Amino acid sequence: MSTLIDILLLSLMGITALAAVRMKSLFGAVMLTGIFSLLSALWFLILDAVDVSFTEAAVGAGISTVLMLGTLSLTKSEEKTSNHSQIIPLFVVFVTGGVLIYGTLDMPDFADPLAPIHTHVAPHYIEKSGAEIGVPNIVTSVLASYRGFDTLGEVTVIFTAGVGVLLLLGIGRRREDGDE
Amino acid sequence: MNWVTHYNYWIVILLMMLGFYTIIARGNLVKKIIGLNIFQTSVFVLFISMGKIPGGVAPILRDDPTTIYSNPLPHVLILTAIVVGVATTALGLALVVRINEAYGTIEEDEIHEQDRFF
Repeated sequence: MSTLIDILLLSLMGITALAAVRMKSLFGAVMLTGIFSLLSALWFLILDAVDVSFTEAAVGAGISTVLMLGTLSLTKSEEKTSNHSQIIPLFVVFVTGGVLIYGTLDMPDFADPLAPIHTHVAPHYIEKSGAEIGVPNIVTSVLASYRGFDTLGEVTVIFTAGVGVLLLLGIGRRREDGDE
Repeated sequence: MNWVTHYNYWIVILLMMLGFYTIIARGNLVKKIIGLNIFQTSVFVLFISMGKIPGGVAPILRDDPTTIYSNPLPHVLILTAIVVGVATTALGLALVVRINEAYGTIEEDEIHEQDRFF
């Protein structure tokens, strides 16, 4: 049953992404991206990734969509048709996709409990994190303690991006206005 | 191996290639960022697919010692990736807004056309 829902949701995500890519109206495309994120959040929930699911619903479907709508209101909301040849991009995309599909033939089956990913550090986290960290949510233990430096790096990236946005839209513009 | 066991990977590749195509073939800058978002989500789907165990539950500890948990590690990695993804989206959109202020357009062709006169 859950495999059926998995296949259904993934197919819907594929269709939504295709529609978003083909749509000329940027407003429509942004809305479809929001739907796409929400579908992926639903799919994460089916696959037991509850933390990822609510982060994607809040951040991916919420904040990203709002940021894009804000950009559209400051710029233009219609895409112009380009008269470039699409043959080279399509060729590159199909060749890359073909090579990647060839690569998946060696991948472990979906939901295979003996896949290499389940035999390395994950059993340690599942067995010991309750005693070592004392937080029931294993994802929280790994995020904040075992891989704490990773999270510190993430915060650095967000800080850098925030400074970049401020420099691009905030401080620089005010100085330009002062010069004029 | 049959199609059900690899369906997730193929959808990942479909989404990845849709995003990739949008980035390299579309001239509109907002559309490129939408493509980047689709590409990102495809990577999330790949990682979360690999963490699933049949009969597993969400990795939150329970009293019953026989419980099977799904692999928490890909969840952690993707949690980080989602937040970083939004940060890069925000930076990209800020660049689009600045480009629109400087050039009055967000179409790549028109920007190249204007650059030719400098």
